[in-house]
Amino acid sequence: MAIDLNVNGKAVSVEAEPDTPLLWVLREDVGLTGTKFGCGVAACGACSVHVDGQITRSCSIAIADVAGKNVTTIEGLKSADGTLHKVQQAWIDAQVPQCGYCQSGQIMAAVALIQQTGRPTDAQIDEAMTNICRCGTYPRIRKAIRAATGQAAAAVKGAA
Amino acid sequence: MADNPNPAMEDTTAAPAKKKGVKRRAFLIGGVAVVGAGLFGIKLADSNAAKKAVELTTGKGEYNFATWLKIAEDDQITIYSPHTDIGQGSNTGLAQMLAEELDAAWDKVKLVSAPAEPAFANTGLGRGFLAEMTGQPGIIEGIPQSFLSFIARSMNLQITGGSTALRFTGQKTFQMVGAATRAALVEVAAKRLGVPATELATADSKVIHAKSGKSLRYGELAAEAATLSLDSNPKLKNPKDYKIMRQSMPRLDLPAKVDGSAQYGMDFKVPDMRVATIMAAPVRGGKLTSLDPAPAMAVKGVEKVVKLDNAVAVIAKGYWPALNGLRSLSPQFSDGGNAGFSTASIFKAYDDLIAKGEPDGEAGEGEVQAALGANPIQAKYQVPFLHHAMMEPFALTAHHKDGKLDIWGGMQDPLATKMLAVEVSGLDADNVTFHPMLIGGSFGRRLPMYMEIVEQVTQLAMQLPYPVKLIWSREEEVQQGAYRPQSAAILKGAIGKDGKIAAYLNDYAQTESAESETTFIYDLPVVARRHYEYASNQQSGAWRSVNSTQQGFYNESFMDELAHAAKADPVEFRRRHLKPGSRHLNVLDEVAKRSGWGTPTPEGVARGVAIVESFKTIVAHVIEASIKEDGSPKVLKVTTVVDAGSIVNPDGAAAQIEGGTIMGLSSAIGEAITLDKGAVQQSNLTDYPILKLADAPPVHDIHFIESGAPMGGIGEPGVPPAAPALANALFALTGKRIRSLPLLTQAKV
Repeated sequence: MAIDLNVNGKAVSVEAEPDTPLLWVLREDVGLTGTKFGCGVAACGACSVHVDGQITRSCSIAIADVAGKNVTTIEGLKSADGTLHKVQQAWIDAQVPQCGYCQSGQIMAAVALIQQTGRPTDAQIDEAMTNICRCGTYPRIRKAIRAATGQAAAAVKGAA
Repeated sequence: MADNPNPAMEDTTAAPAKKKGVKRRAFLIGGVAVVGAGLFGIKLADSNAAKKAVELTTGKGEYNFATWLKIAEDDQITIYSPHTDIGQGSNTGLAQMLAEELDAAWDKVKLVSAPAEPAFANTGLGRGFLAEMTGQPGIIEGIPQSFLSFIARSMNLQITGGSTALRFTGQKTFQMVGAATRAALVEVAAKRLGVPATELATADSKVIHAKSGKSLRYGELAAEAATLSLDSNPKLKNPKDYKIMRQSMPRLDLPAKVDGSAQYGMDFKVPDMRVATIMAAPVRGGKLTSLDPAPAMAVKGVEKVVKLDNAVAVIAKGYWPALNGLRSLSPQFSDGGNAGFSTASIFKAYDDLIAKGEPDGEAGEGEVQAALGANPIQAKYQVPFLHHAMMEPFALTAHHKDGKLDIWGGMQDPLATKMLAVEVSGLDADNVTFHPMLIGGSFGRRLPMYMEIVEQVTQLAMQLPYPVKLIWSREEEVQQGAYRPQSAAILKGAIGKDGKIAAYLNDYAQTESAESETTFIYDLPVVARRHYEYASNQQSGAWRSVNSTQQGFYNESFMDELAHAAKADPVEFRRRHLKPGSRHLNVLDEVAKRSGWGTPTPEGVARGVAIVESFKTIVAHVIEASIKEDGSPKVLKVTTVVDAGSIVNPDGAAAQIEGGTIMGLSSAIGEAITLDKGAVQQSNLTDYPILKLADAPPVHDIHFIESGAPMGGIGEPGVPPAAPALANALFALTGKRIRSLPLLTQAKV
């Protein structure tokens, strides 16, 4: 069936079985591969996107349930002139990614957290940032979130 | 060219050195065997490889130097890496090493994956393995580079693993290529400017003549310099003159990793492509015995069901219909006679083997038994299989058309991947191309010893008229792993009247010997480690830091037990057994000082220490931990001291230590793969719990010692001391010794 939704500010109409997860529609039909497949059961968060502003694990929501809604993916974070979102820039400044595969989801989760809380406390970061990173970039994720919200870098003291 | 006494070695496109089922150690030792077979009397010109590299890399106005470097007339510098950057940042480090010796302008340096072709086999790795396996760095000095290149090509050596990228490829090849090319550029400039080379300096991709104020760009000099033969033993810089090495250069690959544009194997797409997913026999070793494809064919979007020897694959328009199709099937698999294997049966077999007391390759048994005496201190340790859990599940795309096979995706050894596809497809090597892509984590899972997905996707592509992307579900990923071996050890120690260890015995059982990866650091009068071999139906995998994880846990936990028995402080007790002036003692003292060892801790908080050498790098952690209300451990602070000889990129190295420590803690706290009736019981990340941000150390103080010792690895050595340092902290807190992992009971067997 045809399903209409809005992805990164653009109207999109896709032909898909209604139970198809949003993840696979984004990746295979819309052609946005920045949103990643990690586990398929909403356990890892690599597929995190925003649906009407809410952080959502796109592997576990059916396309039929996002009909008519606004979806933002990692590709939609930059401003029109290509400037990185402040969270993306903070990610580079803190040299967060290693393999990078989970980072789209991590960044989407961080952006949602900052939109909700303004300046998240460490406890709020602990509670909200539940995406898995096997490379173990968590200390730098925390550092980047704090830096993006004007908070002093804490915790990890690098070597340099 | 002298006669080749071993004509079989001439054929560089022969079947891969690695055959199915070859074990990791056999692979490494195989390398030395190749060397040993032809060490003397061979001098091979390597002009064919160099010619092929030029063909593969250069266009108009571009010039190749020594295979690994290209300089363009517009000064763009391209470095070809034989390593797959699996997230560890090694490619940035390699670029720093070459660019430093070249005196390149860093902002015009680009690094790309080397083509998966024999011409780009990794000479430096061959050199490094040779030196390390023989323990005699000197013996390689007289071996011509062309011969090392030949060895690497013979072995299809393009592997990333063993923490080798910077210390072998970087030191043995890339710094040399940079320095030799720089010398050639200077030679050309001297001729053109009519001045002696000694009056010339280099910086920012220019040769500069200070007296006249003239300078020439590398891009202007490259064409002529490329015609010169490069010095095979160029002079390297004094480290005090480094401008690019030892600096925390930002990683070259990160911009594409924060905006979704980075293309991993999972993301590859070609027109007309179909998507497949697969299920192999749940009991490893089993075969597909019967299958009714009808239910899958009834799923909208499914196009084909393919039976393989031990698996069934469903081909569809997309992943979702492929997965639904696969899940609709009720394939029957045999168990290959492996239904008797369980976690408990394996531990029982280990106990029996050790009790029987007939280890492999035994030496010095009588001596250690006598020194242990009648009543040694004794403890049994057990650890489970561990899953790599790389975040990107396996995904490879393959297309067979007009007699040619192309494969796209990320593996740790692109060249071995290609050669395996050659073997499975029956095509000539010239007709098979592997296109390396970014890798979403690996940690050892994508090594050549267990690349069954390459065989699967090749078999599918050879019988399909369109390109096919094979994606493993996370369930397949968890259940068909190449796990860190389940392992057990019985440790015995005797303490003399002087309060020092008189004898130490580590009897450990697992699939393979751990000797090649583990270093026992203590200086004891009598010490023996004995391996008892036992194979289950599971593959024995290299898991980040390989056997050093379990050996580090065994030895560093038991050292704590002996310290306790000797009524000594754990740091002071270790000091007694490390040589004065040694790097190990220096690292231990430094971590004690930086962590405030011996100073009071708050109520409910305790410290534990562990020090492990792996991949020639010494890492000590002091962990401060408490216990949460639910009984699980809480790591409050980690203090780490690392002696890796020297560090190329300090911030990148710190990131590896942070990540390695977290992976070590994660496995210690919650991870276990267990078997029942020969099959893996876990099915996804829901029942294979990986540490999350909230449980990562909130404070991690990392210090590197620049000892100047030969460069060690950095991607792996942070892992092994994490588990014992945490377990020792918990002992200090509770008095309860942890001898079995993981710590969390819900994940326990």
